[in-house]
Amino acid sequence: MKSLWKKYKQNKLVQGILLLIYISITSLSLFMAQKSVTAFLLLLSSLLLLYFTNFKNLTKWLIAGIVLVFLLPFTASNGDAYQSYMEVATLVGIYISMALGLNIVVGMAGLLDLGFIAFFAVGAYTYGIFATVQASNFMPFGTFPLSGESFWLFILIGCFVAALFGILLGIPVLRVKGDYLAIVTLGFGEIIRIIFNNLDRPVNITNGAMGIPSVTPPRLFGIDFLYPSQFYYIVLVILLFTIFTVRRFEHSKIGRSWKAVRENEIAAQAMGVPLVRTKLMAFAIGASFSGMMGVVFAAKQAFVDPTSFTLLESITILVMVILGGMGSVPGVILGAAVMTILNLQVLTEVTSWLNQLNSTGAFSIPDALSPSKMQRLIFGLLLILFALYRPKGLLPAKNHVYNEKELQEGSAKENKGKQEVMPDHSQIEKAQEV
Amino acid sequence: MLNEILQTIPQVVIDGLTLGAVYAVIALGYTMVYGILELINFAHGEIFMSGAFIGTAILIVLTGMGWVSAVPAIVMLITVLLLTAILTGLLGMGIERVAYRPLRNAPRLIPLITAIGISFLLQDIVRFIAELQKGNYIVTGPNLFKDQLSIKASSISSIFNDASIKTSFVIVLVTAVIMMIGLDLFINRTKWGMAMRAVAQDRETASLMTVNVNKVISITFFIGSALGGATGVLFAVQYGTIDPYIGFILGLKAFTAAVLGGIGNIRGAMLGGLLLGLLEMFASANLTLLSGGVFGAEYKDVFAFAILIIVLLFKPEGLLGKPVTEKV
Repeated sequence: MKSLWKKYKQNKLVQGILLLIYISITSLSLFMAQKSVTAFLLLLSSLLLLYFTNFKNLTKWLIAGIVLVFLLPFTASNGDAYQSYMEVATLVGIYISMALGLNIVVGMAGLLDLGFIAFFAVGAYTYGIFATVQASNFMPFGTFPLSGESFWLFILIGCFVAALFGILLGIPVLRVKGDYLAIVTLGFGEIIRIIFNNLDRPVNITNGAMGIPSVTPPRLFGIDFLYPSQFYYIVLVILLFTIFTVRRFEHSKIGRSWKAVRENEIAAQAMGVPLVRTKLMAFAIGASFSGMMGVVFAAKQAFVDPTSFTLLESITILVMVILGGMGSVPGVILGAAVMTILNLQVLTEVTSWLNQLNSTGAFSIPDALSPSKMQRLIFGLLLILFALYRPKGLLPAKNHVYNEKELQEGSAKENKGKQEVMPDHSQIEKAQEV
Repeated sequence: MLNEILQTIPQVVIDGLTLGAVYAVIALGYTMVYGILELINFAHGEIFMSGAFIGTAILIVLTGMGWVSAVPAIVMLITVLLLTAILTGLLGMGIERVAYRPLRNAPRLIPLITAIGISFLLQDIVRFIAELQKGNYIVTGPNLFKDQLSIKASSISSIFNDASIKTSFVIVLVTAVIMMIGLDLFINRTKWGMAMRAVAQDRETASLMTVNVNKVISITFFIGSALGGATGVLFAVQYGTIDPYIGFILGLKAFTAAVLGGIGNIRGAMLGGLLLGLLEMFASANLTLLSGGVFGAEYKDVFAFAILIIVLLFKPEGLLGKPVTEKV
């Protein structure tokens, strides 16, 4: 059995065939079935399978691209539940992007941020205010709502405004460390929410607890984006951009500075890492992804109100990062996908199934125990269990481990003017599933 | 404007002291644990909340058995306080054993994360039980002390308005003060208190001096949580209605109080709590007036957090704490 597994691990052809069979079976069943959450989830998990194959990075990306861009929307479009699948897929994308942002702050730079949802709120409100008549309450010039074309510009604006807020938060908290930082960011998140909740007086900016209704949908070449199936592609593009940027940052100078600061601040400073700039960069970049997705979220929901930005949401994103593995990009993507699907699909499905059982009288479960209300319990348990037994998460972060001998030989060879021997990059930097 | 503010002062002081006493006793729990482990026990607010629910449950059960009317209310309260304190104390010890002890040598982020997990877990478990038993997670306990007192502050000076207080206020304040003095004596005068101070100062050296470090930490958690739980009962008695989510914001403010007084410093926590309670009540009574209607009382939470951030920025050691330099 073990040798068979080993053979499988090495044989690319078998892996490819198995993956192909898996994808075709799941997509076929999704295509045939009118409404099958299982098939949908199985098709998504083919990406995880893909991650564990031995293909080259480029091949993996291509296959993932084909599955996500063509196969998934196409096979799902046959059933009635098309839009609800796409809704879930869109939200998964949004959460993955946010979790990647938080991953920079918590996972790479080691700054525990418990108010991360605030940046998402900032992004959402930025678009929400200007894409409705709300802005005419305080803007002396211009006609509001702005047209749907401005959405594309607002993705950038949301990104910058959130980054600005990230820096604004960062400057005061630079002096506090560790646990204090967590509390201060938590307070900051709550402050932002309370302010948005009460900023209907003296000037009505956010319309308070009532929220901002009927946000203008994005528009491109005369087409309004109204359905989740359309937003799916926007999210996919931004997500790709996010993953690409995060990967680039991770292996750049700033990425290595973040990790140095995480491991030991004083040592990092002594080695010449500029502490202030590094930390501020982490806050700003992490926040900017969140801000972009906030804009998309506001446009998708066509409604913004403060209840979407509670502490529970911040913790949800933290759970995604911890579950996947702090600092690990593929891990965080997996964690975010698992948590979002668990939240949106599994819990609601189980609840409705239990309700059915209740109504047929098979057995009864009190309303207080309905799984869709158990979010906190599940999050709490996951946090505790993972922190205790698997602090590195589902897919732990891989750090470059340089073989000292090889490096010395390499530099020796280099000195002789020969080819440099470096560790095998393709082995270390495995690409992630999307 | 000054006149209007002065008029409300007696009421503000009384409400502020009540709230401040609650903050102060909860802040003690944070400060004790921080002093000994350098860990922010995030779940402490939830222990307070559990205390409020346990106390209310005991009261409801006893009322059902008809005992409440038979004995004087004050005896009743003391019984409930003691029972709840023991139960929440054990809860705190259990949490430390399960969630913090295995992680004592882990990176500092990790125990903080389990603490958040524990606090979510407690919130939901309490919600289950309350919802299963009563159908709704917002619970109103039986009213033990119904009398209203009135302080004739206007007889001192005509500037002040009269303040009205519930009898429970006196009880909350007195109990809180007794708890604080008791704790102060325990820490400074007893052998176990000395052991606690030793462990707080240097865990390894203390263990070389035959102090049982694990036991001392357990006791610290027991006392901190017992105080927190007892305050929960006082809170339920004073404010009547409780829900599983009160612990979070209140815990956060108590933490602010602990930081304000100087974290790790027991007397600082008491001072910080009372000060924060007074400031917050003053803010919620007068913010509208002071800002000309721009900010209302709903910003009082923002006010408390702002104090936290300002203290951390400009005087991170707090009012009574000593500045620490980081050891490399």
